[in-house]
Amino acid sequence: MRNISAQEITRTVARLCQEANYFLPEDVMNSLKKARQNEESQLGQQTLDQILDNAKLAQEEQVALCQDCGTTVVYLEAGQDVHITGGDLYQAVNEGVRQGYDKGYLRKSMVTQPFSERVNTRDNTPAVIHTDIVPGNTLKITVLPKGGGGENMTRLFMLTPARGRPGIVDSVVQAVDEAGSNPCPPVVVGVGIGGTAEKTLLLAKKAILREVGKPSPDREVAKLEKDLLQRINALGIGPQGFGGRTTALAVHIEVFPAHIASLPVAVALQCHSARHKEAIL
Amino acid sequence: MVKKVRLPLTDETLAELKAGDQVSLTGVIYVARDAAHKRMSDALDRGEPLPFDIREQTIYYMGPAPAKPGQVIGSAGPTTSGRMDAFSPRLIAQGLKGMIGKGMRSPAVKDAIKKHKAIYLASVGGAAALISKSIKKSEVIAYKELGAEAILRLEVKDFPAIVINDIYGGDLYQEGKTKYRIAA
Repeated sequence: MRNISAQEITRTVARLCQEANYFLPEDVMNSLKKARQNEESQLGQQTLDQILDNAKLAQEEQVALCQDCGTTVVYLEAGQDVHITGGDLYQAVNEGVRQGYDKGYLRKSMVTQPFSERVNTRDNTPAVIHTDIVPGNTLKITVLPKGGGGENMTRLFMLTPARGRPGIVDSVVQAVDEAGSNPCPPVVVGVGIGGTAEKTLLLAKKAILREVGKPSPDREVAKLEKDLLQRINALGIGPQGFGGRTTALAVHIEVFPAHIASLPVAVALQCHSARHKEAIL
Repeated sequence: MVKKVRLPLTDETLAELKAGDQVSLTGVIYVARDAAHKRMSDALDRGEPLPFDIREQTIYYMGPAPAKPGQVIGSAGPTTSGRMDAFSPRLIAQGLKGMIGKGMRSPAVKDAIKKHKAIYLASVGGAAALISKSIKKSEVIAYKELGAEAILRLEVKDFPAIVINDIYGGDLYQEGKTKYRIAA
């Protein structure tokens, strides 16, 4: 049994909220630079230049990459031999979000009762928290500030098994095509296949956290990722939808077994400001 | 080539701007997004005036990050315009000439743009820190209680944008996609 204090969790979450919003991960930067080299559209090239300049500026001045500092999605991987002391785990996470967004000059975007009063909670809480219990005695915390533009373009397809691989390709390409310029392309396309409706959405969302462009370790899945990326970049949507070759930086697929009656497919779109930051306590 | 545009927008200026043009805007723009649009629409329903004279003006769909000490405004990039589609035709009919945001507009908004000779521009979503540098002055002029959704009056210099929908029916999102699309 290893003790981790609630205060340390709060401090860590606060730091991760700020760092995620200021510093674009290196793999995302490299992927954008590569896209800039390959982009044929002049407007597309200039758009990618602006995106890269923005990332440099945000890093230098330690300001938000995007004014939409997101819903704070927090993934916890808690070792089963960890004991949280001095407070409630989820309260500690939310306190970290509160402090991080306040001290970091990050925009607070959460509103109460979403279909009527919609009053800003003024501290970006509550975070959306997903917890996995895993072997070990560490706590891994991942902060994903998820912007509204991309999130609103999330799609779920409950396919019949007969539609198989072609059905998956059609659904994912359709989701990206219909989203068009809205999710701030070039996007990272997270795809969940299998499980139940909610499981496949979780897989799709988690898939966007993978190092950009790193293929799935499963060869068949990796081939599907490659084929989908090619189809998506043939859509012509381009950076910010102005037309061009770079609609997606990568397609990441996560797969889970499914019921004999089901082939669920979820598509989560992550804008080019693919922010996330992890720490292990 | 970047076309320099002075605000407010005149009919002569609008006649020269076409889908795909890169522009840099200098002058005054107003900021309003979801909640402010709902309130403006409610005000019109009640027969009340809008919080600012909207004629010939430009609205930027944006909700800024808080300003750090010494900053005019925090990061300030565009939000998705489609959420304002329900309100925009009415504001265009009231004399609104320019809209800045990102993402696709509805057929009703595009029709209103053509009919009343207005324009829809996009700035680069996610380039929010960079865009904030072109904002020289920012003040809350209405709905202060909405926080990041309050109406702001901005003075901008060389604010970068791209023409999406022009007065002639041009639509960069359609034209760009068609130009680069490869048949499956």
